[in-house]
Order: sequence, then structure tokens, then C-alpha cells
Amino acid sequence: MNTTPSRMDRRTALKWMLAAAATTALASRYAHGQGPAPAAQGYGTDPDLLKHYQPGDVWPLTFTDTQRRTAAALCDVIIPADDRSPAASAVGVVDFLDEWISAPYPAQVADRGIVLPGLAWIDAESSRRFGRAFAELDAAQQASIGDDICHAATAKPEFREAARFFATYRDLTAGGFYTTPQGRQDLRYVGNMPLATFDGPPPEVLRKVGLL
Amino acid sequence: MALITPDKLKSSYDVIVVGSGAGGGQTAYTLTLEGIKVLMLEAGRNYVPETETPMFETPDQAPLRGAGTPDKPFGFHDSTIDGGWTVPGEPYTSANNERGRKFEWWRARMLGGRTNHWGRYSFRNGQYDFKPRTRDGLGFDWPMDYADLAPYYDKVEMLIGVYGENDGLENTPDSPPGVLLPAPKPRVGDLLFRKHAGRLGIPVVAAHRAVLTKRLDAGNLPAKLHPGNPAAQRLVREAMEGRAACYWATECGRGCAIRATYQSTTVHLPPAMASGNLDLVTNAMAREVTTAPDGKASGVTFIDKTTGREHRAAGRVIVLAASSGETVRLLLNSKSARFPQGLANSSGLVGKYLMDTVGANFSGQIPALEDLPPHNEDGAGGAHVYAPWWQYQEQLAGKLGFARGYHIEIDGGRRLPTMRTTSGLEWVTGGSYGRKFKEDARRYYGSFLSFSGRGDMIPNEDSFCELDPAVKDKWGIPALRFHWKWSEHEIRQAAHMQQTFADIVSAMGGKMRQPPEKDGAKAIANGGVIIHEVGGAIMGTDPAKSVTNQWSQTWDVPNLFLTDGAPFCSNADKNPTLTIMAQAWRAADHIVAELKKHNL
Repeated sequence: MNTTPSRMDRRTALKWMLAAAATTALASRYAHGQGPAPAAQGYGTDPDLLKHYQPGDVWPLTFTDTQRRTAAALCDVIIPADDRSPAASAVGVVDFLDEWISAPYPAQVADRGIVLPGLAWIDAESSRRFGRAFAELDAAQQASIGDDICHAATAKPEFREAARFFATYRDLTAGGFYTTPQGRQDLRYVGNMPLATFDGPPPEVLRKVGLL
Repeated sequence: MALITPDKLKSSYDVIVVGSGAGGGQTAYTLTLEGIKVLMLEAGRNYVPETETPMFETPDQAPLRGAGTPDKPFGFHDSTIDGGWTVPGEPYTSANNERGRKFEWWRARMLGGRTNHWGRYSFRNGQYDFKPRTRDGLGFDWPMDYADLAPYYDKVEMLIGVYGENDGLENTPDSPPGVLLPAPKPRVGDLLFRKHAGRLGIPVVAAHRAVLTKRLDAGNLPAKLHPGNPAAQRLVREAMEGRAACYWATECGRGCAIRATYQSTTVHLPPAMASGNLDLVTNAMAREVTTAPDGKASGVTFIDKTTGREHRAAGRVIVLAASSGETVRLLLNSKSARFPQGLANSSGLVGKYLMDTVGANFSGQIPALEDLPPHNEDGAGGAHVYAPWWQYQEQLAGKLGFARGYHIEIDGGRRLPTMRTTSGLEWVTGGSYGRKFKEDARRYYGSFLSFSGRGDMIPNEDSFCELDPAVKDKWGIPALRFHWKWSEHEIRQAAHMQQTFADIVSAMGGKMRQPPEKDGAKAIANGGVIIHEVGGAIMGTDPAKSVTNQWSQTWDVPNLFLTDGAPFCSNADKNPTLTIMAQAWRAADHIVAELKKHNL
């Protein structure tokens, strides 16, 4: 599907806007014109639970190209590739983030009101400091911004709102990443398979916690 | 198979059962296996766990990584269909929406109702729980003793399959030898919990849950359940043979395609259907119980939700098992010249003494559980251990400041990662990102434990439901309005939970994100949130002070029975489902006996 608002006909767009106005007053207050808030249909109360869904299957994705580029750069600053697993953007996390902020449900609409202004802020801050968009910065430059906003409890007052955005964005990025097969493997999750017996913790686990 | 449409209704049935969950399922099971012709009405759609359950689907295969939404509040892969805290077109209201005064009502519109997603905790009420007023002067005694219900607890446990152990603890009844299935081995967090809570004097023992840790003994159990009834034994044997043992994967809340857990749809309904004595109409929203000129119940009117048309079914006996709230609503909506306050309500008590379970949660991060060697902790799709209430004597001596107890449930470990697994870590990581965050995620994964208290609520005058004077559902049926207030007993109990859980976390060497909440009013979950609503049509010995007798038979209308949680007159900290089933079986036995004697 991947229908973006720009490809919508005028009547559909108008319908979205009207519905959005009714349900997303709070979010749009923070969104400052960061694109139309979504008003698509959810999956309803009786969806097919056995179907495997991709972002965009149920409601259209709405990141602009600029937002997508910044989103990808930021999620890879949070979860870069290392020797155990790939970077977040390499396993579909950007599409997931787009699905999340485009969803019609209240929690996601609220997050849209945090994430889109946050992405705009981070590009503006990059531009202010280095004259380039966040995605164009080198790792040290990205880290200089990241270090200022990565911990809401200790962030300087001028970075506190950005830090709240970063906390949300890190939770979404991490959730998107660690729910993929690569993310599960990174955590060494070894379940979700049928077993003949459940044997409890193995001896090396009991030894480590001092119970053996 | 006797799944029928309303145009195929027989002219009359021996018994009509409204609702297909724990109470309705058990009632229909018992009656049909005794040869009684039963019609079951279910407000939701048909549901087939064998083909509809997402057993191995992972969060990345669901929209929003499976996170809960208003459409699927417990997550995308939760079994609940057309349900949750709100149901489109089926409103309810709260008289007061303040925290602590609001009631939140979980419904599921599907065959089997809430038994498809429940936690499978299966605890017996003890003798104290049946005689609370005698013991501490509060609430109401049941018009029966533990000994009256014990044989039915035995039978239900043998039928549905419950794992657990006999620990000989106070007011925590043992089952007879051979009834319980083997408990699963504790997870590592369970073992630490047991060690450290034990030092605080809190016993941690095997949980009792309705999950088959081995296949049921289909060769011997049916004869114990249905002595002298070879036809029933054959049907139950076949149904038991159709259930597999747990294969140690998949959260039980998703339901179970291999029927390893109890759901009404995996245990009660298959043999009832196979008996040929059950007609089932789904999408049937009951509106009213009709009465005959002699004042006896004569049938049920219902809306076929697929067509919007109203139908009426006739029966000699009517059983309501629609959930406490819906059963009360049906009674109050069944008004007539003879019953102007609604049916079975000459006492004025229908809707009164609604109860839920006291709930409060606390979690900690346990350094000892960091960086553990990888191992599979999925287990039985839920808890393996719990802590039953342990301070009966201190409480009775007045040392605690609140009258009733709670048990402790534990959750955590290296489970299938979800959106929550790596969320909100900032307080332990100090805000790491990048490679350091990935190292932290590995380090902390599986090291969080959460503790939930589930406590007894004493019935009170301020917690009840009634018909909303204005709000109706989309078929024009008046909706319920809830009133709620916790007493100081529940509020202090919730504060006690917080302190206890913090003590346990400390004893384990754990870290807490914030200190325990000392104000119980802030710690306690809203009414209804634990989804254990019972009461609203309490049983008793005096028709002026109760709605039913000990057989769940209404005083005013002798051929009308309520076999869900509505007749409960206390709500122990034992989670109500097992007791609903035991009492439904007992009531159904009474219906069979009374029908044979032509008393109904």
C-alpha cells in the first residue's frame, strides 16, 4: 500500500483532516504543522491474528522523505551495527517507526506529536551547530547532540524537551529492533519453540545466581 | 455440532443458558451430559481456538509490534475478540470518573467469553473465605461451607486439569491425592523470590493454574467425574484425548490451539456439543428474561446481531451466566407488572455488593539476574509459583489495620521480547545509547521482576451497578451505570502490598525505580481493572437479604438460576474462576435433581 498523503485525492485528504481534527487536538498542538495527523482506520476488534503484517498493510505510512532520512540516522545512532547484530535501520525499524507514528490510536497519535517535532528539532539543531542535516553529520557530531539529550533526568534545561523526545524515540527504536528475529537473537532469547519437557534453569544459571 | 441460527430454534428447551464462559460452559457441560436439552445463547461470535490461535506468531508479525490498542487492549495477539474496556455500540457508564471511584468493565464478545484469555490461576476458596463474617464480623457468610463445595472443586480440577502442589497452608486447601497435575519447575527468578521472600516469612509455593503439564488420564478420570453414566464417560474420555499437554511455549492469554489450557471452548463445550443435547446460538444478545402468568421464567428474548432481528426462545429453566454485570443487567431489564423492579429483585439487592479484586503492582531490577546464560524461560505460558496469603493470625489479632489478605503473583524473566522489554530503561542505564545501549539491553534483559498483589475486597454499600437512566446500547437495551468506592480495608491492603513488594525487592538485592507507594489510594487499581467482578446478586439464607439460595437459585423465581460470579457474597484473594465453575457444577446438579423431581 504505502499510500502517502501527497498521493491521496483531495476528497480523501479532506476526510482525513476532518477526522483528525476531531481526535487529535492534543497532538496537533505539539505537531506545529509536521504533516497531517493520521485518521486512518485501525485494524478493528476482530483482526486476523494469524496473518503476518507489514508496516503499511493496515494504515498508510506518512513519513516525508526528510523525516525518513532523519529517522533512519537517529535510530542508527541509538542502535548501530556491532559484532552481534545489525543496525536498527537495516532490519526495518524505520518502517516500523513510520507505522507507529501513522497509526490512528491515541497513544500513537500522542507519540506522533512528540516524534515529528523531535525529528524537526534535531535537524534544526544539527543545522545550527554544523550547518547540515542530522543525517549528514559524522558520528562525533551526532554524538555531540546525542550526549546533550540522552538522559532526561540530567539534561540541561534547554535540552529537556528534546531529551523527552529522545527517551520516547529510543523506546520505540529499541522496541522495534528487539522484536525482530535479529533483535531476539541479539538478546539470546531462545524460546518460542515447542519442547517435550520444561527442565527449569540449567546448572550454569543456578551457579551464577548462587543457588547451586 | 449443534451451532444453529435462530430460525432453527426448537419450540422449547429444558434449560436455556445465557453465556458460554466459565459459568455457562460448566452449566451446559453438566446438564447436557445428564441428558438435559440445553440452548446456549452467546452474545459474541463463534470462536475456534484450534484454528484461530496465534501460537508462534511474534510481535514483529503484528501491527505496532503487537502493542495494545483500544481495539486489542492486551495486545494484538491476545485472544480477546470484540472486547476490552470498551465495546463499540455497547456503552456503560460510571457515576464518578475520579480515580478510585471509577469502574472499568472488561467484556469479551466471543464463544467462551473471558475464559479464552484469562490467567489460568485456579485457587480454591478456603473455609475462612466462605464464612468471613463469622471470622471477622465484616461482609457476608456464604450459605454453605467449604465442605459443600470441596467435591466440586475436586471434579472441576480433574476435568479442566490444574497444576499445583499441596502445601498444607492455612485457608489454602489441599486437593485430594492424584487430583492436581505436576507443577512446572520454577524459573530462576522464582527460586530467588522463594529464597528471599522465605526469609521474610512469606511462603512461595507452586502456583495453581489450569494448564496441562501432562495429558489428562482419559482412562480413569471420566468414571470419577460421571459415575454410573457411561455415555458421559465416553464423551469426556474423547474430549480429554483431544487435549495435548503444554509444549512450553506461547503465553496462555493468546488461547491455546492444542487445548492444553482450560478455556470453555477447549474443555466444556466440546463434550457438550458432542452429546447432541446442546443447541448453540452465537451473536445472540440477550435482552430480557420473559415470565409466565404464574411468575416463573418462561424464556429469553434476544437480538440476532447479524440481522438485528429479535427472537424468543422458550425454556423450563433459565440460567444466567453472562458475567456478573451482564446478568444483573438482564435481571434489571426484565421488568413486568409483576416484577416492576426487575426480575428476582424483591429484595432490592440486584446490582448491589459488586466486588472486584484489590490490585497493586511493584517491580524491581535484580542485579543477580543480569547477564545470565541463555536459557528458555517460556515455561507454562504464565506463572509457575506464587505466594498465598500468610498473615491470617496477625490479621485476626488486629495487627495489620485491614481485615483481609492477598496473594502475590510474580512475572518476569527472559520471555519473548515485546515493545515493553527494552522500554523505560533510562533509570538503570543512565541514558545510554549506541553500542553502550546494546550492551545494556543484553545485560538487563530478563533481570526485571514484577510483583502483583491480588486481594480480598469486602462488599460495601457504595459499590454497585444499576440501569443508566438515559444510556442504551445500539439495540436500545438500557446500559449499566457503575458506582464504586473502596473501603479503608482495601486501601490499606494496597499500601501493605507496596511495602511488602519493596521489602522483597530489597531482600533480593534489587533496585527500585521509585519507593513503594505509601498511599494505598494511589496504589490501588480502579474497580474492575483486575477483571474479577463478582457479586451483584448475592446468595444467602434470607430472601429479604439475598437474591439467591446456596444453589444459585433465585428466591423469587424458582426456575431461574445464576451460575456466574453474581451470587458470590465475598471475593476472596483466590481469583474467582475455579469457584465459579465449582458452584456452577453444583447448581447444575441441583437443577438435574429438581427437574427429575418435577420441582421446576
